[in-house]
Amino acid sequence: MKKLFVLLALLFVFSQAQARLVIEITEGVEGALPIAVVPFKWNGDPARPPSQDIGRIVAADLQRSGYFKTLPENQMLAQPSTMAEVDFRDWRALKQENLVIGSIEANGPGGYKLRFQLFDVYQESQLIGYNFTTTEKDLRAIAHHIADLVYETLTGTRGAFATRIAYVVSEGTVASPRVSLRIADSDGYNAQTIVSSTEPLMSPAWSPDGRKLAYVSFENGRPSIWIQEVFTGKREKITSFKGINGAPAWSPDGRYLAMALSRDGNPDIYVMDLARRKLRRLVRHWAIETEPSWSPDGRKLLFTSDRGGSPQIYQIAATGGNVQRLTFENKYNARASYAPDGKSITLITRVGSQYRIGVMDLATGSITVLTDGKLDESPSFAPNGSMIIYATRHGGKGVLAAVSTDGRVKQRLALQSGDVRDPVWSPYYK
Amino acid sequence: MKILRILLLPLVVGMLVLSGCSSTGTKDGMEGGAGSGMGSESGTSTSAAGGAGKWTGSPLDDPNSPLYEKVIYFDFDTAEIRPEYVDTLRAHAEYLVNTPDARLVIEGHCDERGSREYNIALGERRANSVKRFLEAEGVSPVQLDTVSYGEERPVNPGHNEAAWAQNRRAELVYQ
Repeated sequence: MKKLFVLLALLFVFSQAQARLVIEITEGVEGALPIAVVPFKWNGDPARPPSQDIGRIVAADLQRSGYFKTLPENQMLAQPSTMAEVDFRDWRALKQENLVIGSIEANGPGGYKLRFQLFDVYQESQLIGYNFTTTEKDLRAIAHHIADLVYETLTGTRGAFATRIAYVVSEGTVASPRVSLRIADSDGYNAQTIVSSTEPLMSPAWSPDGRKLAYVSFENGRPSIWIQEVFTGKREKITSFKGINGAPAWSPDGRYLAMALSRDGNPDIYVMDLARRKLRRLVRHWAIETEPSWSPDGRKLLFTSDRGGSPQIYQIAATGGNVQRLTFENKYNARASYAPDGKSITLITRVGSQYRIGVMDLATGSITVLTDGKLDESPSFAPNGSMIIYATRHGGKGVLAAVSTDGRVKQRLALQSGDVRDPVWSPYYK
Repeated sequence: MKILRILLLPLVVGMLVLSGCSSTGTKDGMEGGAGSGMGSESGTSTSAAGGAGKWTGSPLDDPNSPLYEKVIYFDFDTAEIRPEYVDTLRAHAEYLVNTPDARLVIEGHCDERGSREYNIALGERRANSVKRFLEAEGVSPVQLDTVSYGEERPVNPGHNEAAWAQNRRAELVYQ
């Protein structure tokens, strides 16, 4: 697999001053599905084209997923924008199985009308076709939505391009750091700082509707858990007990927040009823208990505990009761969370002296190591379960990377300044 | 494992005595801007060394006092206090007992390896380990507080054994 190392080094550097993510695919799959995405035709004033190149965004998304190999524009024999202009023989000659075409036109001030079609080149038939009306600021979102539709049609799995990631960036020096919590589109664009501090920020957690983030902030020198509305910036301090206030995790119905608190002596798992602000201790033990994470059906929680002498993953019913140890392979397992289908978990696992990202099949209990870094951490599933985003080190700094759940495709999302860490993939927006 | 360590401990102490005790460098003032404990409030007063080289300020700032040492270091994934820090901690305990107005925050820190939240818990365990030691030496719990920063505030930004060893620490921050 390492031998596949070459390839697909696509970089798209973008203009936003703050964000500057570079995405490179570091390992890809042979046998990725060839697809041609023709640049969408602008049917308007040539001097005033839309700010975003829809076709290129769609192509980049598909390419980045690792399941597709997109045709470079300079190899295209024609650039049709309507079905009448498509000569399927051209695309067969280029060994393309699928073709995406589209066009965009003005629709009132600041508005656009978009049309796209996906074809099966060999069947010479349309698989899907859609019209959208949108505005300038939502053009990228529409492009990701189109990529999701293409992805779902051709793979049978819902796409996760129109989702977001949250992560923490540390800039400045050891003596005077500047820490920011940011959110960005799943391709790294549109990065926005939602809170920044001279004190540590950590452990962002999305609410199940994707509208809020819980996180830990050390402002005032002590950790507190905060909940912030992503779209309004409005925020509220949820806990500031003595000791640790950490590792917030939302229940799938959004009503409860699990967390690690050490207010009663050492870190245990608590669950807060958010409406009533009522706290219940779910796990009580003299050892370290932290990093709770809910099962997709809300019935169980995972957590990390070192009660057996080293950190391992345990499970407990959301109603309490017996604790079951899940991990027995490797001496260090931590920061686990369930896959969206609840059948596997992703975790940090130590292999020799290296910390890597693994997936454990809950039926067999065996851990598959997906990454090959030394200090990989904070794994988080994409909401369709196809990829896992995590933090790793590259070129002397912390960067974000994603790996397909089967370990075949890896990509790096490298912020050009600062140390990036603690990524978490958003749910689907509701 | 535990038994082995206990057996080895006197040996380690013996070696340290022979080697004239370890010095862990001068740490004071390195955390400028980190936002904790730089000011001097109740219990401590600071002043510069006098012209004759005689220390006239708080013993906490006297480079020749064992109280000058305010950082102790830990082995990987443990909160056990190493024998070479016993004297330093006893000196702080004595100072705190004799200075009932003094207030100390013990900060626990970790190296960057592993999970961030687990490291927060481990850092707290280190801070508590120091707190319990001081309490056992007679310090009133009222004078002591702890906070864990996990791996979030390294003093050495490197990614190697040497950096990690410097980052696995408890800092004694007088308020």
